[in-house]
Amino acid sequence: MIELYGTKLSSRLLLGTAQYPSPAILADAVKASCASAVTVSLRREMAGGKGGEKFWSLIQSLRLHVLPNTAGCHSVKEAVTTAKMAREVFGTNWIKLEVIGNHDTLQPDVFGLVEAARILCDDGFAVFPYTTDDLVVAERLLEAGCRVLMPWCAPIGSALGPVNITALRSMRGHFPDVPLIVDAGLGRPSHAALVMELGFDAVLLNTAVAKAADPIGMARAFGKAVDAGREAYRSGLLEPRDLAVPSTPTIGRAVFQ
Amino acid sequence: MKLTVNGEAHEITAATLAELLAALDYEGNWLATAVNSDLVHATERALFQLKDGDRIEILSPMQGG
Repeated sequence: MIELYGTKLSSRLLLGTAQYPSPAILADAVKASCASAVTVSLRREMAGGKGGEKFWSLIQSLRLHVLPNTAGCHSVKEAVTTAKMAREVFGTNWIKLEVIGNHDTLQPDVFGLVEAARILCDDGFAVFPYTTDDLVVAERLLEAGCRVLMPWCAPIGSALGPVNITALRSMRGHFPDVPLIVDAGLGRPSHAALVMELGFDAVLLNTAVAKAADPIGMARAFGKAVDAGREAYRSGLLEPRDLAVPSTPTIGRAVFQ
Repeated sequence: MKLTVNGEAHEITAATLAELLAALDYEGNWLATAVNSDLVHATERALFQLKDGDRIEILSPMQGG
């Protein structure tokens, strides 16, 4: 159980809905993952088009929390307007705030991100900012009114996994009471387990599941990995050591001469 | 009146945003609209007056990560 902006979620996995082979596989993958929330977006509708209606009906049938995003927005104005449009269509004040700063890496424009976050928090949004692992930016986002932070662990869709574990550890240590969700860059269930072992509260991922040969199987694997990592964190992990320590008792060992 | 709808130029007669949506066969409560980069609520479309050169965005739910 995790609480985000006053809403309790049963699972610590949030799943994206893009790039699946079919709507049916998307629905089955979401169910297999036991995700508690799904991300969605807004895009241009064709005249007379019904694509949006069909997709929205599918998402509603899943009966999960919906986290709309501002993906593709490169300015504060774009992100703020998209967030307001999303609030109207999806009927939620949750928004995954993305203000992209670089076309190649899709890394966030953290300056625009903080500015947009302040505007949206003041307007009553529950902002989930897609950010870096920079502690100063994190502070600014909290000052702007964010109550959840979503640092990347690698570029979106890269599947690299945590490329800077030291920074993630530092972030966890600096903000012990802030829900931290690793968003973007996870490629394997072991990556998800690793960040959960570090004490992160949840993970958000999309491509690693959607582009797997078997998205449903991979979704299930990520769900298990998130649970395993969380339980391991709560159970107290053994610190690594340089020397061997026998696990079998040495007292009572027979001596043969 | 010249309007840009979802990035495409249109020459169309529509006094309000609601009339434009009807003329272009847009319908449904899953649509979100913006004019010149500002949200126009669904409840405001019938009274929202369009003018020459306006840029309209009509969006709907889509897959997202």
